[in-house]
Amino acid sequence: MAHEIIERNQGVDDLALIGLQTGGVPLADQFADALTQIDGSDLPVGSLDVAFYRDDIGLRPVLPEAVTDIPFDLTGRTVVLVDDVLFTGRTIRAALDALTDYGRPRAVQLAVMVDRGHRELPIRPDYVGKNLPTRRDEVVNVGPDGVDLGETVK
Amino acid sequence: MARLVIRGGQVVDASGTRRADVAIDDGLVVEVGPSLDTDGATVLDAEDCVVTPGFVDLHTHLREPGREEAETVVTGARAAARGGYTAVVAMPNTEPTIDSVAVVSFVLAAGRGACCDVHTAAAITVGRAGEQLTPMAELAALGVRIFTDDGCGVQHDGLMRRAMEYSAPLGVILAQHCEVEQLSHGGHMHEGEWSSRLGIPGIPAEAEELMIARDVALARLTGARSHVMHLSTAGAVELVRAAKADGLPVTAEVTPHHLLLTHAEVAAFDPVFKVNPPLRTAEDVAALRAGLIDGTIDAIATDHAPHAQELKELPFDEAPCGMLGLETAFGVAVTALVVEEGQPLELVLGALSWRPAAIAGLEATHGGPVEVGRAANLTVIDPSATWMVDATDAASKSRNTPFAGRTLTGRVRHTILAGEPVVIDGRTQR
Amino acid sequence: MTRHLLSIDDLSLDDLDELFRLTDGFVEVGRRRIPKVPALKGRTVVSLFYEDSTRTRLSFETAAKRLTADTMTFSVSTSSVKKGESVRDTVETIEAMGIDAIVVRHASAGVPWQVAQWSSASVINGGDGWHGHPTQALLDSYTIRTHLGSLEGHHIAIVGDIKHSRVARSDVAAFTKLGARVTLVAPGTLLPPSLEGWPVEVSHDLDAVLDEVDVVYLLRMQQERMTEALVPSLEEYTVGYGLTRDRAARLGDHVLIMHPGPMNRGVEIAAEVTDLPNAVILEQVANGVPVRMAVLFWLLGVGPPAVDPEGGE
Repeated sequence: MAHEIIERNQGVDDLALIGLQTGGVPLADQFADALTQIDGSDLPVGSLDVAFYRDDIGLRPVLPEAVTDIPFDLTGRTVVLVDDVLFTGRTIRAALDALTDYGRPRAVQLAVMVDRGHRELPIRPDYVGKNLPTRRDEVVNVGPDGVDLGETVK
Repeated sequence: MARLVIRGGQVVDASGTRRADVAIDDGLVVEVGPSLDTDGATVLDAEDCVVTPGFVDLHTHLREPGREEAETVVTGARAAARGGYTAVVAMPNTEPTIDSVAVVSFVLAAGRGACCDVHTAAAITVGRAGEQLTPMAELAALGVRIFTDDGCGVQHDGLMRRAMEYSAPLGVILAQHCEVEQLSHGGHMHEGEWSSRLGIPGIPAEAEELMIARDVALARLTGARSHVMHLSTAGAVELVRAAKADGLPVTAEVTPHHLLLTHAEVAAFDPVFKVNPPLRTAEDVAALRAGLIDGTIDAIATDHAPHAQELKELPFDEAPCGMLGLETAFGVAVTALVVEEGQPLELVLGALSWRPAAIAGLEATHGGPVEVGRAANLTVIDPSATWMVDATDAASKSRNTPFAGRTLTGRVRHTILAGEPVVIDGRTQR
Repeated sequence: MTRHLLSIDDLSLDDLDELFRLTDGFVEVGRRRIPKVPALKGRTVVSLFYEDSTRTRLSFETAAKRLTADTMTFSVSTSSVKKGESVRDTVETIEAMGIDAIVVRHASAGVPWQVAQWSSASVINGGDGWHGHPTQALLDSYTIRTHLGSLEGHHIAIVGDIKHSRVARSDVAAFTKLGARVTLVAPGTLLPPSLEGWPVEVSHDLDAVLDEVDVVYLLRMQQERMTEALVPSLEEYTVGYGLTRDRAARLGDHVLIMHPGPMNRGVEIAAEVTDLPNAVILEQVANGVPVRMAVLFWLLGVGPPAVDPEGGE
């Protein structure tokens, strides 16, 4: 996937990675390492918690997993959002809203490890590790050893 | 009115207990015995119930004249009847104060024909201002037996002494709301653990005890007959106990709420629990119960204090003090003394009926034994009925009962005033 | 079920932890170019202030606005709280407009509890009489945490008019719940009549206590207390209980100096002392906004909004 990112963007200039809490953060770091190895230059990496932007407030309490940390200026950059699982698309929509409060990126792309379908919004990933059709009630966990499929705990 | 027969109950009065029906005619008890003839008579069922002399409240606020939105003589009397009372003594902190012939006459007239016998106390000082004595002799001639500045105590020691010296030969009682204002000033609840936690200024027990000690000393000095109203602290009980042991003519009363509730009730900041004297500690409640049980405290008196709903919804420190009491007194007394302390029902009945009747000077017509020839002022009670207090189901005009939602044991079933059943199965008849 | 923040006693340690985590998040929001998140869009937060308190009210209103909530102000200082209208009538009128939260401040203890009876909105106690000020205790605890890491095992002295202080009561509850040791330092007339059940120690010797503490928390000494014969004079108070320049000089650099504001410089705290690096008074004020954002988010983040913005999600 790292190669795809470089190819599509013709290099890593003006690129920045932002991992979504929590699953996307370690992945973003891994991508950053991989991209640096391939290309040589350092990439700015940040982390974003979208707890305050979710539109499902009112259905269940959502506390931020960690504090958002975006230690660079987004304006003019191509930001690649990184997450482990893409499902309904609502988290990504929230992330897009959050990003605009930090600046005006030139472009935003999306990299996900697993796309499990069931989109509720017109969101599509630019880079996908694996397409994994699932039932709505299944749970997908992405770990360092691979992908896990389980039943939702009722 | 047709002959009335109360059938199937146990008769309990100061002379003892017996199974008997009671027949009433022309306002008097005409027969007491088993299986009385009910032909042509109205029958009141008293199966599993107790027939006892009607209760007498030494301390009730009827709010008329001046505060008729909270209660009137008529509605208060109705509430009293529903609570088993056949006589009440109205407190004089009305607007204008009951301190003159005109106002005493007004209240007595308003009470004529009401659901219970309405008597009235009168103030010790004009306007309850604590400065000038009222015309006690003139008012005593109208039938006033109890003088009090209730709502506050007489602050000036010298004046209280004069009041005692003047009243002693008149055969009347000076009843005191014991509160030294210099100590109680600014307080809205008992000063102690809860007031400190809640940040609400408190009234220390000493504010009550100091005035009791003063009155006991002055009673000793002057020989006057004095009565301590709504005792609320363990120390107060001790002072009265010692005074009685010394042979002094001191009597005392306690409210039902002080026998059951503590200052912990204020934790939710509901002004329904704001009262003067305030609800105090569990130790005080225990001492008050013990005082009633050993005879230190003579009577239970409700201090029934109705207030319009919006006043009891004010912020706690702005709300007026006072709780309803007439319709729940019997239930609270049975719950506190019979259920929780294992005392006999007779203790409760004595404290509600014949002992206050004697203090009020009404023993000729109220509280006396259930026997032929006596005025038929009776109540029929169910001492084991459990019921939940519904604040909306009240004969009183007001709703400020601290017992809303609480389950009590002991309920009044019927009340007979001068031979007329004014309450039947808990419902007032007029 | 509507949630309220009426008293620190209602919060568990887990609740406190969640609130502090949320505060961390909102501190970060406050540092952004646009310090605003849409979390409470479409919600309405009302300030019902019967006591004049511009600072606390503005702190709550800023917090609400930074969450994109709408605000309404009913304040005695703007005369929109009408004399003679009962609190209940005012609350029911406000309620009819469709609101989600009411922040109540009143000179009488217990009013927020009464308001919670009359309203289905979330009620936040913004200060009730001498009784409580939970959001102050939260921001105080949060401030201490940012410097000391945690309150556990640390020794905090609260100095001054404890008897009449809602800040003291809420701070005692919060600090002790978080594991701190608390010593109250005050003259006899400024302590509550009973300290039964208070998990605190008491001292009348400020100098002795200052040698042992990690935090000195000073309470405002009000002019009125003199007229009530509670202290002979403000000068005598300062000599015994004021954080003078000399006393402050003896404190270690790590000892935090705190005050809920507004300060009576020269009485409970010497003017120069407020400029010392370990005086964190302005930080307390700054933390007030993210702490109150955390409280609003925590309360209103559960359950549907009072006014549905688009008729369903």
